[in-house]
Amino acid sequence: MNSSQLKKQHASYLLDLQIEKRIVLAWQVFILFAFFTIWELAGRLSWVDPLLFSYPSKVGNLFLSKLVDGSLMIHTSVTLLETIAGFILGTVLGTLFAAGLWWSRKASRIADPYLVVLNSMPKVALGPIIIVALGPGYLSIIAMGASISVIITTLVVYHAFHTVEPNFVKVIRSFGGNKKQTFVEAILPASFPAIISTLKVNVGLSWVGVIVGEFLVSEKGLGYMIIYGFQVFNFTLVLLSLVMIAIFSSIMYLMVEWIERKLIRN
Amino acid sequence: MSFLHVDSITHAYFTKESAKVAISELTFVIEEGEFISLLGPSGCGKSTILSLIAGLQQPTTGTIKLKNKKITSPNNQVGYMLQQDYLFPWKTIEENCMLGLKLTNQLTVENKERTLGFLDEMGLSDVKKAYPNQLSGGMRQRVALVRTLATQPDLLLLDEPFSALDYQTKLKLENLVASTLKTRKKTALLVTHDIGEAIAMSDRVVLLSKHPGKIARVFEIPKHLRDITPFEVRNSPDFGMHFQTIWEELEAYE
Repeated sequence: MNSSQLKKQHASYLLDLQIEKRIVLAWQVFILFAFFTIWELAGRLSWVDPLLFSYPSKVGNLFLSKLVDGSLMIHTSVTLLETIAGFILGTVLGTLFAAGLWWSRKASRIADPYLVVLNSMPKVALGPIIIVALGPGYLSIIAMGASISVIITTLVVYHAFHTVEPNFVKVIRSFGGNKKQTFVEAILPASFPAIISTLKVNVGLSWVGVIVGEFLVSEKGLGYMIIYGFQVFNFTLVLLSLVMIAIFSSIMYLMVEWIERKLIRN
Repeated sequence: MSFLHVDSITHAYFTKESAKVAISELTFVIEEGEFISLLGPSGCGKSTILSLIAGLQQPTTGTIKLKNKKITSPNNQVGYMLQQDYLFPWKTIEENCMLGLKLTNQLTVENKERTLGFLDEMGLSDVKKAYPNQLSGGMRQRVALVRTLATQPDLLLLDEPFSALDYQTKLKLENLVASTLKTRKKTALLVTHDIGEAIAMSDRVVLLSKHPGKIARVFEIPKHLRDITPFEVRNSPDFGMHFQTIWEELEAYE
């Protein structure tokens, strides 16, 4: 095969890839539109109870009016800040705990049964206690967002620390490196991929903690909007909150993926 | 006074089920500038011996003295090269080479420049900003050699450093390592299960028996073979004879 033929083949290969990509995108867009169209029709033609399921144009109108009166901005930004704070706190604390457990083998063996119990317990059940202890406000909700992810982060990251290639540690030790150097030069960077993958899980978990926290505190935020809408039977409001949550949690996930690309090399 | 004096060391590993003696009453000496190979079947405690000399572990009984000083912990005078390169994938080649200097707080301009010069000598200066996964196995092991030599150890411990390489790369690297150590007058202890490699590279071959590891015999490699490169040794007429002698001896201890 000569070089011009090879180039031609390559061009057609690239074209195939391009076409494949477009077909996938087209399907994705189609499903999105189909979903909203069917939802709209189902609501308007009363195939389903519009009181319960509402329909997109109604949600859209509510979105606009809430946007104009400024209340949507407030609720969304409160929830978003709480979630980001809880997410960061949970991940950082979990990683620190994991580092402590790695540092002392004895501590990790002593802590083991307690971690198992804490991990299997549903953390949202702690909600009422947290709210009484920290007061019904931001602090409690952030604490809930963090508490739900901190134990699982500890366990996953500790496991990652523990399974780092032992020969990396041997290299450090053969140069006379101490425990701190071993951690900084080998254990931590080798565990970055595991830490990033817990970040992805923690994005979802923090949203759960924060929304449940807002259910309980019932003051502000998207969780409050859901509970309020439920109580006054305004399901358009509930669905609007859900749409907002879907959008912002996806954005957070994409941001974590972006961080992953920046941080991880092969 | 010998350069390295391993004096009747015994080392046992304890598990719940058993106490296993890995090496027993091992005694040997290495003079400065010598290249010694430890040859033996798997299970003869070869790697354990290196770990003990590197100070990573303490022998159960016995002492190891380097220049008349007892080895109690890892130190700058001993460099350890592992079976595989174990370069850190998140560090560039240059950063990997500087690791030992960084860990021992010796990152001076002079030390850095010497290491970079060494990298250049190994034909690796083009890839110093690259990451390990962009390099071939032979290149990576060369980087590992630079990393080990960067802290200027007097004694080099080589734990089957060529075993993971393809045959051709292995032969080339044997030559490179032998000439590098010779010009720098380094003392080296090579652990291997490859008879040919042991003959080609060493001044003396120490044959170990297994369970527990003990010295079975010591072979002196004749002077005319010591002075030529490992590749030339492999091609020399009496290579086959030495190979045969050691082979038969090794068979007896299997």
